[in-house]
This record gives sequence, structure tokens and C-alpha cells, in this order.
Amino acid sequence: MTIDTVGRFERALESLEVGIERVPAADATERIAAAIDDPAVGVPLPFDGVSQPDAVTTAPTAGELERARTGVTPAQFGIAEYGTVAIRSTAAGNEPVSLYPDYHVAIVAASDVVPDLGAGFDRLEKHFADRESIVFATGRSATADMGDLVHGVHGPGTVSVMVVEDR
Amino acid sequence: MAERAHPARSRDETAAQIRHLLETEGEAVHAHSSTMSARQAQIYDETDDIETLRTDARAIKEDAIDRLPELLETVREAVEANGGTVYVAEDAADANAYVADVVDDRADGRDDVADAPSVVKSKSMTTEEIDLNEALERDGIDVYETDLGEWVLQVADDTPSHIVGPAMHLSREEIAELFTERFDPDEEFETAAQLTEFARDYLGERIREADVGITGANFVVAETGTMALVTNEGNARKCAVTPDTHVAIAGVEKLLPSVRDLEPFVDLIAKSATGQPISQYVTMLTPPTASPTLDFAAPDAPIAGTDADALSAGTEPDREFHLVLLDNGRLDMREDDQLRETLYCVRCGACSNSCVNFQSVGGHAFGGETYSGGIATGWEAGVHGQDSAAEFNDLCTGCSQCVNACPVKIDIPWINTVVKDRINREGDAESYDFLVDGLTPDAETDTSGLDSGKRFFGNISTVAKLGSATAPVSNWLAETGLVRTLLESTLGIDRRRDLPTFQRESLVDWFEAQGGVAASRRRAERAASHANAADVGREAVLYPDVYTNYVDTDRGKAAVRTLEALGVPVSVPDLPESGRAPLSQGMIATADRQASRLYGAVAEDLDAGRDLVVIEPSDLAAFHREYERLLPTRSFERLRDNSYEVCHYVYGLLENGTDADALATADGGTDDQGEPIAYHSHCQQRTLGLEAPTTALLERCGYAPRTSSVECCGMAGSFGYKQEYYELSMDVGNRLAQEFESAETVVASGTSCGDQLETLLERDVSHPIELLAPDR
Ligand code: SF4
Repeated sequence: MTIDTVGRFERALESLEVGIERVPAADATERIAAAIDDPAVGVPLPFDGVSQPDAVTTAPTAGELERARTGVTPAQFGIAEYGTVAIRSTAAGNEPVSLYPDYHVAIVAASDVVPDLGAGFDRLEKHFADRESIVFATGRSATADMGDLVHGVHGPGTVSVMVVEDR
Repeated sequence: MAERAHPARSRDETAAQIRHLLETEGEAVHAHSSTMSARQAQIYDETDDIETLRTDARAIKEDAIDRLPELLETVREAVEANGGTVYVAEDAADANAYVADVVDDRADGRDDVADAPSVVKSKSMTTEEIDLNEALERDGIDVYETDLGEWVLQVADDTPSHIVGPAMHLSREEIAELFTERFDPDEEFETAAQLTEFARDYLGERIREADVGITGANFVVAETGTMALVTNEGNARKCAVTPDTHVAIAGVEKLLPSVRDLEPFVDLIAKSATGQPISQYVTMLTPPTASPTLDFAAPDAPIAGTDADALSAGTEPDREFHLVLLDNGRLDMREDDQLRETLYCVRCGACSNSCVNFQSVGGHAFGGETYSGGIATGWEAGVHGQDSAAEFNDLCTGCSQCVNACPVKIDIPWINTVVKDRINREGDAESYDFLVDGLTPDAETDTSGLDSGKRFFGNISTVAKLGSATAPVSNWLAETGLVRTLLESTLGIDRRRDLPTFQRESLVDWFEAQGGVAASRRRAERAASHANAADVGREAVLYPDVYTNYVDTDRGKAAVRTLEALGVPVSVPDLPESGRAPLSQGMIATADRQASRLYGAVAEDLDAGRDLVVIEPSDLAAFHREYERLLPTRSFERLRDNSYEVCHYVYGLLENGTDADALATADGGTDDQGEPIAYHSHCQQRTLGLEAPTTALLERCGYAPRTSSVECCGMAGSFGYKQEYYELSMDVGNRLAQEFESAETVVASGTSCGDQLETLLERDVSHPIELLAPDR
């Protein structure tokens, strides 16, 4: 395929004012360490050769979750069309870690970025068949209920996506 | 703060309530809803496959509602297999009692029983419908709304005024004042950011402490028991996964068969609701979810059990899940051929935003006990009964702007017409009423509840015939104070409104006096030979709608001259009224009879290959839209395929090679610039996609038309004449007038649009065809 899916993903994220960075797998851990704000919590990352940096507390307590500035989670896949990341609910706490801290860093493999919503649903079918839960998160939490647009209401007000190029 | 409307108000009371809302809430509602409407229209335009998406979405809903009993079984099996519970609640009391039991059970199991059980909720119209909060509070349960808009209303003890933006009617200043008063902060609230931060902290604490989380569900996938929650704030996610118990409440109509069926809705819902490409969070939960429950009271315990295998779904945490599916009249709506479509609604609020009346007064006037806007008529009639719908149903003028905004293509105006009809048939008998006796058409046999004003406007053709026959006496009479007082007190026709002036000679009579069809043929042939043009080979029947025939005969004459000048012979037979007027009053039986009459009267012409050319857009809209419900399919299609809006028709002639020189073109005709002109199409004409041909025609004739962004003039036929709606009509009309204030020439396609603009701009506003017609 000649269409640059990751490029499209990047452009969608930019228009959502979401940070985007492409990193080789070998550099990912280091780049995550550079991207986060302390204190940070996270869940283990399922990408070959990538692990959470030491500064990220994995298996956090409720108190650590509440105090964390940053949450680092993997994304199951990304949808280029809308700049969406798909976060799966797991027992390790991907959902709360991606939701509670004001800053969410989502890590997605380049090969998991699909072009459009339809392709996203292709992936979703398998997850639903296994009775899983997934959230499509696009951009930052937002509300206009107080009269003007404000980000970071109940969910993160800042989001970054790191695309791991797993050549 | 607004109170809910109460039934059976007098005209004066309705007018007073509307005036009050125009003053207090109108500005905020308009700012928000018109912006969302514009964004919705824009993103629909930009989405390539929007029509496919809408068609797919509708088809999925049709199928799902058709198979609803089966889907209820499927979802029960799926949710139970996952370890959750499904409860189908018959009505509000049933649903509330069930939820209260769940909360009480859960709280009983706690260690600290000192505090009252508490619930955090994510915005849900369905729980508004059943007044869940009140029921839980009566049971000693603390309830906190976590959607910011909904929470503002909870603090203010107010009700939602919009399906999607519940607190849309409050300005930031009002919210700041309310919060300052209520929470007595160290520093006064000023900015939206300060208010939001305060809400985040306050509600965050409530969420962390809550015993139970309650959410609605935008969609429920029967096959897997997965529910989709669509939000921008993230509160639904927090409510669903933080406490160890999640209760989701949704109407039974939210069921979709399979995962794949979710796709068009996920794609459409934010586009329709707020004009966003997709909303921030589309949470698809197959509860009980694998996420660990969060116990913030034990801050030192890891959130995930030590045995949680991070990379898999892992062992199931101790979670409880209840899906409450609410019937509350929905299964009966499913059996109702006219109301069934309401169940396809995904509650995006696009119809409200696109509605000019809604934009002016908001849901506190344009709504019932729970739901607001155009589609609320269907919902309220179905879940709360016709009385609730009757309170606001008249605010739908049938302008049909909502039709193209609705992602599932619901014919919302038709539902409103049907409910108006039902209300007409069940209301109280009107007291002795001499003026309109004899106006009740025989088709509406059971008209005890039909109010006299409705009868009058529903039979406007009889009135017009009479008015014309007795003109100018009728015109002088109509202007006397005594008659205006009488018209106001008996029919509710506002005395501030200019009445139409009847012409002594109708268009039909004028045409006969000109020599009728034979003379028209000669004139058309002469014009064709002058222009050295080939015979266009068409013949037109010009439809003399009531206004063109008796009031605005000039535009009819202009149409005749234009068509003849382009080589098209015309006939102007005395045709029956289209049924538009009775339809707008909800008199379906009368409209049905008139549709058949009209079809019978033109069938021969259509058989002979003649084109029916229509000047008044609302009549064309009846032929192209409502007649589908009134005529046999073949007749409907025949009439629809052979009837044209006049400017569209003329444009078609030019496109097919007829020479525009025969028309009165603007001087700047050959310049690139064109002569500036302001053009207001007509709401129903726009719905049919017929604004563009008129603009194109004007351009061909040397004009540079600027079109109105406001979609409706606010008069919408008889609506603006009615006493209780006069101010609202003027409020809407003023927005249109302001756009055109500086324009030198203003033209409009509809009669009521023209009347409204003439009143507001205090100058002549003619039909575009009058501008283009050659002198004879
Ligand atoms: S009727 Fe259509 S536009 Fe209105 S709320 Fe329902 S789905 Fe949305």
C-alpha cells in the first residue's frame, strides 16, 4: 500500500492538538522517559524490546493513581482517519491509567495503525467476540458546558501518542 | 430558572411564557444551537459517504426495531453469560425500584455504614424520563450528576433544555453566579476554566467515593452484550469503571443486533450532535469489564490484584453489572405505524439545533416533560402520553429543516403532523363559534377538539375564495379595528400582523381573460419563432396555489409571461388546494382528500406529458414529500416526477438551450460581477435541495445572488399569524431581516417569507420570477 497511513494519523492528531512522535522500538523507553511529567504511572508494554522507564510506576496503588500527573499505556490500535487510539480494558488497569492522570501517553505500534473506522471495526470484532471492552479515545477530554471550551474535565487534558516503528 | 410547562394554557399564557423565555434563555440557546447546527451542516457536507452512512443507519434501526423481541432475548443471554444481569422494566416505577434495590444491596455490604449510599451518574435522558434521581433520593440515596451541564442543573434545581446540551440555556455568567452563591468559594468564579476545575475536583471526589455508578447507553449490542457510551468529558468512563457496581439504563430501542451495526452510528453521532468528526470517547464496554475496581479509601493497595496478568484480560475482578432496559411505552410505539419511526432516533439533538423556533426559545418552551425539540413530540406522545406532546407540538411549523439534519432520516415534521391530528381528534369541544361554522370540512368528521383557529387556517382556500369574491370590501373590512378584535378573540389571529390583500380578479380569471390556453399557445409559438429557437416541445400547467391565485397574482402573471417567452405554452386551470394548509393544522383526513382531488384534476395533463409548474414551495413540498403518505405509490411518483418549482423549471429550459435573452436580465449580465441581490429561498424548498437552481438561474440572468444563512423566516405559513407565536415569529424573522438589511434588492420564493420580510424590512420583496419575467 502506498498510502501513508501513519502520516494521516499524524495529521489527524495534530489537528486535535495531540502530541505525536515516531520512535524506533530501540529508543522507545528512553523517549517515554523524556516525555512524561512526574509522578507517572503505567502498565506494562507489550511491544518487543520496549519497556516502561524506571520513572513510571507500574502496578500503582489507588493513591499513586490519584496523585499521578502522567499515565502511560499501550493502545491496541490507532485509527488514522480520526486520530483515535483504542485502549483495551485489562486487569492491569489500562483504562484507569489512561483516564485518571491529566496527561495520557499512548504507545501504539506503527503496524497497528489502521486507515479508517471500518478497519478499526474489523479489529473490534475480534475483541468483542472475546467479550472485551475497548474505548476509542480521540483527543482530549473536553466540555463547553461552563460557557467556553475547556479541556481536561474528567479525562486527560493533555495527550501524546508515540508511534513505535517496529521494523 | 424555567419551570416545566403545564397543560392547557390559554393563548395569553403561552404567549407570555414564550416572551419570557425569549428574554431569559433565548440568547444563550441561540448562540449554542445555531453554532452546532452550522457545524453539523458543514461536516455533513465534508463527509463523502454521508448519505450512505445515513441510509445504512436507518436500515439497521428499521431491522433492529422490527426484531426487537428477539434482540431482547439475545442480549439477556449474552449479558448473563458474561456474568451480568438484565432487567426489562415495564415503566418508570418498576425501573426506579429495581435500581434503588441494587444500590441498597451494594451499600449494605460496606464496612462503613455511617454514610448514606451514594451514586454517581453520567448524563442520561432515559433516567430523566423516569425521574430516577428523585426516586433514589426519596430512598435516602445521595445522587450526583457528573456531566458538567447536568450537574449545573442539579445545583440549580433546573431541568434540561436540550437533549445533548442540557444547560445550554444558561450563560457562563449565570453559572458563575450560581456557583459562587452555592459553594461560597474563597475567590469568585469567573472563567469557564475555573468553573470546570472546581467541578472536576468536586465531582472527582464524589466519583472516587461512590458505591454505584449509573450511566445511560447510547447503543447496546445484543449479540455480545456490549454497550457504547459516547461522551466528550470522560465522566461516563469514570462512573462505569470506578465503583465496583455499574448500572446502565437504556430504552429498549437502543438495541442493535451486532458489533458491525455499531459502526455507522459511531461515525455519525458526533457529526450530528456537535459537528465533531467523532466524539472524544466512544466507550464500548462488555461488562463486567476486566478493569480493576478502584478503592480510593485504601490508597496503599495496588489497583490491580497481584495476580493480574498485565497483558491479558486477566481474572475477573469483583464487579457487578446490571443492564436495565426500559419499555415505558416503547413496545407500544413499535406497534404504532406512525410513531414507530421515533424509535430510530439516536438522541443526537441535531433536529433541535436545526430548528429556528428551538433556537429562539429552547427546550423549556419546545419540549414536554423530558424530551425537547421536534422529535420530542414522538417521544412524549409515546412515553408520557399525548397531553405532554400537546403542550409544545404547535411549535413545529413543518419547515422541515430537521429532515436533512437527522442522521437516521426520520420524517420529524410528519410525526408532528400525526400527533397534531390525534390531538385535534381528542380535545375538548370548542364553544359556540359562529365565524368558523361551516368551515369544518366533511373529511374531518370527528372535530370536537379542533380549535377554531386551526379550522380557519386549515380551510384557508375557502376563506381566500370568499375574500377575493368580496374584494375590495373584504380588504377594507379586514383592516377595521372591530374585525381585527374579532379575528383575534375568535381565531387567535394577531392584530399586529398585516393580513393578505385579496385581489378582485384571481389569477385563473386573469388568464382566461387573456384568451386562455389557445392564446397562450400562440404567444409561446410567436416567442419561439422570434428567438429563432427550436420548439422546446413542452407544455406547462401552472399550479394556482391559494396565495398566487387570490393574493399575489403578480408572481403568477410573471410566471406565465416567463414561460411563454421561453416558448412554453401554459394553462392555468382552477385546481383544488394541495392540502398544505390542512396538513399544517394536523388535519390529515382533509389533506388526504384534497391530495386525491388534486391528483384527479391533474392526472389527464400528466398523462398528456404536461409539466406541473409550482410557484409556492410549500405546495411543491407537499407533492414531493407528504403526498407519499397520502396517495397510492404510483400516483405519488407520477406527480412528484412531473412537478417542478418554477425557477428550477426555467433554469432547466435555459440549460437545454433556450435563450436567456428572452428574459429581463440584469444590466450587468455580461460582466463577471453581476448585480448584487439578496435571495431567501424557502425552508421546505431548501430541504428539497432547490435553492441552488434559483441561484443558478439568477446568475445566468446577470445577478450575483447572496443567499440567507438563516433557514426559515419564522412565519412558516399560518404560524406567524397566531397570536401566541407572534413574538417568536418576529424574533426569528428579525434574524433573517438583519442579514438582508443592507441589500438593495431582496427576493424570496415563499409567500410567507415575502410577507415576513416586507413587514420587517418595510419594502417590497418579490418572487425571483417577477424580476426575470419580460414585460409584455
Ligand atoms: S430525531 Fe434524528 S436528529 Fe432528532 S435527535 Fe433523533 S436522531 Fe437526532
